[in-house]
Amino acid sequence: MPTTGNLILDTVLYTLVKFAGFVLVFAMGVATVLTWLERKYSAVLQNRIGPNRANFGKFRLGGLLHMIADPIKMLFKEDFTPDTPNPWMFRLAPFVAFVPALVVFSVIPFGPGEKMMVANTELGILFIFAIASLNVYGAVMGAWASNNKWSLMGGLRISAQMISYEVAIGLTLCGIFMIYGSTDLQDIVVQQGQLLWGMVPAWGIVTQPVAFVLYLACAIAENKRAPFDVAEAEAELTAGYWTEYSAMGFGLLAISEFVEVVLIGCLGATLFLGGWQIPGVHGDSVPLVALQIGAFLFKALFLIWLQMTIRWTLPRFRYDQVMRLGWRILLPLALVNLVGTGIVLTLIDRK
Amino acid sequence: MAKLTNRIQPDMIMQSYLVEAFKGVALVTRQFARNLFGRKDIVTVQYPEDRRPYTPRFRGKHLLTKRADDQVRCVACMLCSTACPANCITIVAAEHQDKDIEKYPTTFEIDLLKCIYCGFCEEACPCDAIRMDSGVHTLPTLTRRDQKSGKIDLLGLAKLSTSAQGGEFRAHDHAGTQHGQSTPH
Repeated sequence: MPTTGNLILDTVLYTLVKFAGFVLVFAMGVATVLTWLERKYSAVLQNRIGPNRANFGKFRLGGLLHMIADPIKMLFKEDFTPDTPNPWMFRLAPFVAFVPALVVFSVIPFGPGEKMMVANTELGILFIFAIASLNVYGAVMGAWASNNKWSLMGGLRISAQMISYEVAIGLTLCGIFMIYGSTDLQDIVVQQGQLLWGMVPAWGIVTQPVAFVLYLACAIAENKRAPFDVAEAEAELTAGYWTEYSAMGFGLLAISEFVEVVLIGCLGATLFLGGWQIPGVHGDSVPLVALQIGAFLFKALFLIWLQMTIRWTLPRFRYDQVMRLGWRILLPLALVNLVGTGIVLTLIDRK
Repeated sequence: MAKLTNRIQPDMIMQSYLVEAFKGVALVTRQFARNLFGRKDIVTVQYPEDRRPYTPRFRGKHLLTKRADDQVRCVACMLCSTACPANCITIVAAEHQDKDIEKYPTTFEIDLLKCIYCGFCEEACPCDAIRMDSGVHTLPTLTRRDQKSGKIDLLGLAKLSTSAQGGEFRAHDHAGTQHGQSTPH
């Protein structure tokens, strides 16, 4: 019989292995590929060629090696610390921005069953909100500790923008909790496997179409990417909150943005596109589970593609437009959606 | 007269931004697919391998021309360095062994960092000895010293010139030719 100590050790080891597999391999892997893919994709759709020079001898692989060359370059660059009263805070900021983005992957169900998520917790989406909100501290700390006016203005914009959209995204997702009656992501995904009226899968996008659009808008805004990248705004603020960062400090801030892109894709797929559910496919044999994991990854990648395309389509909003969109359009819409969902649910319950 | 502007009056659907955003996404995706699979609209020139041709009138890095016997054509008359508005040409002259040729340059140095590529030197030259039709533009170097183009370097791009030496104007030779082109002797 295993002792309690062994049991805890086993659990910890098992969790670490799962964390390494899902978060470090999948999330970081996709984010790393995105650093190249985003540049290549934007180049091709703008009639350019994009990065294609990094090579091993004759093998260029269409520039795919840039995703290896870039981190190497960043590791060897001068790690500049500006003349600031808070150098330790300046150093800490990239980590504060980077770590929460990775940790939130723990509660995403990559496939059916407990084994397919790192931490099976009933908190689920609340955990994501709690941890992902810490992200803003990283950016704001970095901006403030940079002792640079551009950075400071970028930091002010981020804090206002992220807090505004946090409200809207929270209210938006409340509709999902009301319909599925749970904050446990695995539970929500399982319920999305049901059929509505015997034919349409009960995915979040079917039951909450307005919420899906609101989620996408708010999530992109929270990730401070174009068209909501007023915090970076290279035309106005040099590079906004990361003006002073160089070498791997900049690398961490940049990769945390890509990790969040992956996170928004995974969370959107989980909540709105039925997670690992394939309509009409049920069962827990190994090939089926593999297929379902594949379905989840496909849905997540689709949302990542959608974010990328939106980013390269829309121009940046003005700062006041961002605020107006958040408080005067998205927030009221989220509230209306919430009230409407409540009324419909009450009517259905009465029958 | 008032300026005429033709502005689109946005209706409700346009102002909601949603439809327009998805139209934009569709447009971008169509262009992406076309560049990836179909007719490529890509305009990038892969620079060091492919180069766009310069016009024949492009003023590039200077070159010194040679005579038929491979000697430098320049007779060190200093007209180019006098004409140069940037003062970038340094010539040190010496006697030539050949009695028919008065002088030749032992040093002919152009500081390419000072040069403004105005082309006055080739206009001033009576011997067609300095030209800027090399089609090479000045490349970056690691030190300032490397930007001083010496005689050897200038001869490296050398072309054979067969135009009339000495600068005397002979109407029948030059009839119908443009400046800058060498005239068959």
